[in-house]
Amino acid sequence: MITINGLHKQFGQLEVLKGIDLKINKGQVVVVIGPSGSGKTTLLRCLNILEVPTSGSITIDDQTTDFSTKVPKKSVDALRKKSAMVFQHYNLFPHMTVLQNVMEGPIIVKKLSKVDARKRAENLLVKVGLGDKLDFFPHQLSGGQQQRVGIARALALEPKVMLFDEPTSALDPELVGEVLQVMKDLADEGITMVVVTHEMRFAKDVADEVIFMDQGKIIERSEPNEMFTQPKEERTRQFLNLIQVH
Amino acid sequence: MDIAQTSLQPLLEGLVVFTLPLSIIAFILGLILAVFTALARISTVKIFQWIARFYVSIIRGTPLLVQLFILFYGLPTLGIVIDPFPAAVIGFSLNVGAYASEIIRAAILSIPKGQWEAAQMIGMTYSQSLQRVILPQATRVSIPPLSNSFIGLVKDTSLASLILVTEMFRRAQEIAATNYEFLLLYVEAAAIYWIICFFLSIIQGRLEHRFDRYVTR
Ligand SMILES: Nc1ncnc2c1ncn2[C@@H]1O[C@H](COP(=O)(O)OP(=O)(O)OP(=O)(O)O)[C@@H](O)[C@H]1O
Ligand SMILES: [Mg+2]
Repeated sequence: MITINGLHKQFGQLEVLKGIDLKINKGQVVVVIGPSGSGKTTLLRCLNILEVPTSGSITIDDQTTDFSTKVPKKSVDALRKKSAMVFQHYNLFPHMTVLQNVMEGPIIVKKLSKVDARKRAENLLVKVGLGDKLDFFPHQLSGGQQQRVGIARALALEPKVMLFDEPTSALDPELVGEVLQVMKDLADEGITMVVVTHEMRFAKDVADEVIFMDQGKIIERSEPNEMFTQPKEERTRQFLNLIQVH
Repeated sequence: MDIAQTSLQPLLEGLVVFTLPLSIIAFILGLILAVFTALARISTVKIFQWIARFYVSIIRGTPLLVQLFILFYGLPTLGIVIDPFPAAVIGFSLNVGAYASEIIRAAILSIPKGQWEAAQMIGMTYSQSLQRVILPQATRVSIPPLSNSFIGLVKDTSLASLILVTEMFRRAQEIAATNYEFLLLYVEAAAIYWIICFFLSIIQGRLEHRFDRYVTR
């Protein structure tokens, strides 16, 4: 489903991704962990081309885009359509209602009729438990509810892959569960997901694989059980010790 | 009192026929110009940036009255003759365009980067992001300063009297020149400006209220 080959990303002098190679199968849930600044967000953003990689290639589904040469806009658009992102700070459109937020993508970009887009948005909002909040504005919702709208908005694009960048880390602790539950349900449905998170419980329960990143590289990848009980690399062990203290 | 009453009609005529149309037309044209200038300023194309900067710099760096005089009294030397009203429309539009572009630019820049990214993520192009996500939010932010600009513009149109536009203040001057009631006529004109601006600030309040619907806090 996803194949990443030799992915590099540089911001000026700073090399943030130093050659990422990664294969993710259809229906897999992959959790990415790693210290702050290790490039987790950048990796996700490259998959949705919110950052243009410096070199390397990304394949999602049947679309391959090679960034080593100048990339045609068409190729960028085609690749972007394959994934949808859920942001740490939701990034909902504050001037639109919940329903409009979710309808916007299908109408504007997928050229769905208003009626069809509305049906799709309503179904998705019911699915994330917000069927009674359709006409609310984002600021009238709790953080957990807003993030669930964010998830519905991403799902409405019918992506091949869902990308989550620390979807619960801006939330009050008591609101984390409802968002993770929605994500668990998606995983059970067989949606391919790449999730950056510090929620180790989620990783243990839901992930098929955990990837540990440090300093722009993938240090280690394995099943959650193995990763958490017997990590192969010293750096992984140090990191896991650190976060398990908290 | 009699003079105040008989002069009211010509003053209001100047108001309705020139002052208000001039203000409204120049504001609308100026806003359109301002949006494009603001976009040019924040664009990554250097030449657009330069043109926009140059335009804003010229307009802000020279007195409005001098600009009007150049348009109306200066250009005929080059064979370009513009009637008073169109000359005033051009002058005031250019003026609004420059000042309002700074307001709109600041408003666009005040919208969090995450909004651009969310728009991009759902597949919007640059112009779709602008039209559907950024500008609607920037509009809310710019209503108070733009209202100020409009109110300022209504009063500034009195300068058009100096390029022979028979707007309200020029009417007042003309009447005063015949009956020497300077104080009375100028105070009367001032009162009318004040009433207009008073209503405009009420409209501003309504607009702000309407756009505050979706705002956090
Ligand atoms: N637009 C940018 N311009 C310059 N440097 C950037 C930019 N975005 C990220 N960086 C740098 O890239 C590095 C990796 O950032 P990234 O956000 O991918 O890390 P992260 O693993 O997601 O960290 P965190 O856990 O704190 O979210 C950091 O050093 C960051 O400062
Ligand atoms: Mg991050």
